[in-house]
Amino acid sequence: MSGEAQAKRIDLANPTVRAIVLFSAMFVLILAVGFVQGAANSGLLLTQALAYALIALGLNIQWGYGGLFNFAVMGFMMVGGASVVFVSFPVNALFWDSEGPVMLGRALLAFLAGVLLVWGARHSHRLGVRGGWKTALLVLAWFIAYVVYRSQIDPAAAYIESTAGFVGGLGLNPILGWLFGGLVAAVIAYIVGRISLGLRTDYLAIATIGISEIIRALLKNMDWLTRGTMTASPMPWPVNLPQDYQAQGIPISESFVYARFGFFALLLAIFIVVFFFVQRAYGGPWGRMMRAIRDNHIAAGSMGKNVTGRQLELFVFGSVLIGMGGAILVTFNQIFDPAGYQPINHTFMIWVMVIVGGAGNNWGVLLGAVLIYIVWIISDPLAQAIFLNLSSWSQSLGWGAIPEIDSRALQMRVFVLGIIITVALRYAPRGLLPEVVKREV
Amino acid sequence: MDELVFFINRVLISGTVLGSIYALGAIGVTLIFGILRFAHFAHGDMMTMGAFIAFLLASVCTALGIVTPIPSGFLVLPVAMAITAVIALGLDKGFYAPLRKRGAKPVTLLIASIGVTLILQGLLRLIFGSGTRSFYQSEPKEIFRIDMSALGGSRPITITEPQVLMIVVTALLVLGLHFFLTRSRLGKAMRAMADNADLAQVSGINTALVVRVTWIVAGALACVAGTMLALDVALMPDLAFNIILPIFAAAIVGGLGHVYGAIVGGFLIAFAETLSVFNWTSVLRPLNDLLPEGMALPANLALVPTEYKLTVAFVILVITLLARPTGIFKGASS
Repeated sequence: MSGEAQAKRIDLANPTVRAIVLFSAMFVLILAVGFVQGAANSGLLLTQALAYALIALGLNIQWGYGGLFNFAVMGFMMVGGASVVFVSFPVNALFWDSEGPVMLGRALLAFLAGVLLVWGARHSHRLGVRGGWKTALLVLAWFIAYVVYRSQIDPAAAYIESTAGFVGGLGLNPILGWLFGGLVAAVIAYIVGRISLGLRTDYLAIATIGISEIIRALLKNMDWLTRGTMTASPMPWPVNLPQDYQAQGIPISESFVYARFGFFALLLAIFIVVFFFVQRAYGGPWGRMMRAIRDNHIAAGSMGKNVTGRQLELFVFGSVLIGMGGAILVTFNQIFDPAGYQPINHTFMIWVMVIVGGAGNNWGVLLGAVLIYIVWIISDPLAQAIFLNLSSWSQSLGWGAIPEIDSRALQMRVFVLGIIITVALRYAPRGLLPEVVKREV
Repeated sequence: MDELVFFINRVLISGTVLGSIYALGAIGVTLIFGILRFAHFAHGDMMTMGAFIAFLLASVCTALGIVTPIPSGFLVLPVAMAITAVIALGLDKGFYAPLRKRGAKPVTLLIASIGVTLILQGLLRLIFGSGTRSFYQSEPKEIFRIDMSALGGSRPITITEPQVLMIVVTALLVLGLHFFLTRSRLGKAMRAMADNADLAQVSGINTALVVRVTWIVAGALACVAGTMLALDVALMPDLAFNIILPIFAAAIVGGLGHVYGAIVGGFLIAFAETLSVFNWTSVLRPLNDLLPEGMALPANLALVPTEYKLTVAFVILVITLLARPTGIFKGASS
């Protein structure tokens, strides 16, 4: 209570003061949670929260800087996860000794041939094919490319799944895998952006959510690449694992603390570097141009800015961070489970983080990400406690206990998330730390 | 003949049922978009909620021992529709109307609808758990078999009683909506407001009333669509969340804001989905006799593996957005 009274005397309208007050409140909350949950669990919580903050930063580049609606956060996170599996998972000798690589090579050739065919059909107007004929040719080219590719990939996939299980990884350092995840996400973002960035907001939202579902369906069912629902686990860490510390004779409970905080330190270093650059970019001419495009793209266009090109740039940059964050989460959790990705836990939670924190303000997004993640995590045990009390109360009234408290309490998180976002939109639409626009008078 | 019967059973009947569900959902989405100008993502959860309300009412009916020739799921439908419509009005009053009053952009409303999605889904799972339920615990599904032996077929055309009722109910609702929109004053006001909200208000149309009616119609139709989906598949809290995307695809393919487009789009998406996962070998098998040795058809000749059924809707969506962003019928432009 005294803190609240003190906060009232402080000028909360001043952005810096507001940020300091809110961040101190966040640290108090972190300490409180750490005190209740213990050091090992808070290491888990903090590392995951920071990885989500990295992803939220990526979304902030897209939505906060550029006003681009990206509902494909989950898809890009999955892409990053699958990439880190491919790069850092131990080498599967069974696959490399079998016919698999050759068959996959043939499938790749078929894919390239298909790409060439479609490209040719797209440029067929140079040969004098026009109008309806060109459309027909294009459809035919797509169909043939699809059939050719399927005719090569299907047997290859079936063969790999029946002999080696899955492709396995390259056994490289996970940090390379994170970078690779960012790269693959960038390539996919480029393609997606080229297709859909011209669309108006509602259409863009639906198109991106559709693309993210397509990515999910692909990664879930391409067992030969990602092992599908059988999950790829355990993933190696770039730092010492708890088991490594245990081998050195450190007790089990402490080994988790060391390992998790080691990972946290590495992630924090990466985060600080990324945050520095993202923040600098925002303040510089590039950031001003992006805000100009966001606030009035027609005016920006008439000033000679390449609106769609710049938006594509933002979309790719943001997706790189999202892909990297997804890869880091997979490495940290040591498991890639395509079935575990849900739009609610991934796409929408990140959106809530950005909106509640303050779109356009990187400090706000960091605050929002950590706060929302803590709320997401602690609303389960809190709901469980409430339900247990209610249950004993209803039992004492003779109504019987509440069934399935565990699974119901887990769903409380979704409800709480929904309440938070609607309340935030109504009472603080610009977020806890709103974007500060400096204007020279 | 057997191949044709197989085709009818597998494609025509299930495609029509799925198309009815998509169409009813897409009408609601398209109406809300036309009047309020935002993509209502919570529509899928409104469908699920309607299905759960119908399920509760049907359970009450069974518990009271009310037995009728039609399945209880359909018997309680009017009441469930009314309740869902009232809840839809409440959702608008509680979540969307304050934002509209503040003059928030449509994007904010879209994000708010995500919030409503989360709230509804969380609540449904809190109350009903995450398990699967069925409408047919107390009463069996009646199956009609149309004997085709007179035409030389050995297998009958099979259609269940709920499926027949679904198609009939959809036809009646669509017809009713058509007369409402073209003949009644309110329906005409709705179309006017969808065309140009400011002009409609200036010409004396009570826009607040039109908004209310939109929510009532959308909520009631969502309830029917959700209940039908639950009758066709099974009832679970994330039932409609997976189906909201094909519904959006249907609304966009038909042209957002265009009611008849939504119906056409719904059936188009449904048939595209069923046809693309359909195993063509089962129909083309007689060709094997004509084809030379060694050229026999493969055992599975589906265009898309069943796991990727959902992606078909998006591929159609993306092609539509690229080639004709306004949809088949001219809807709101992108």
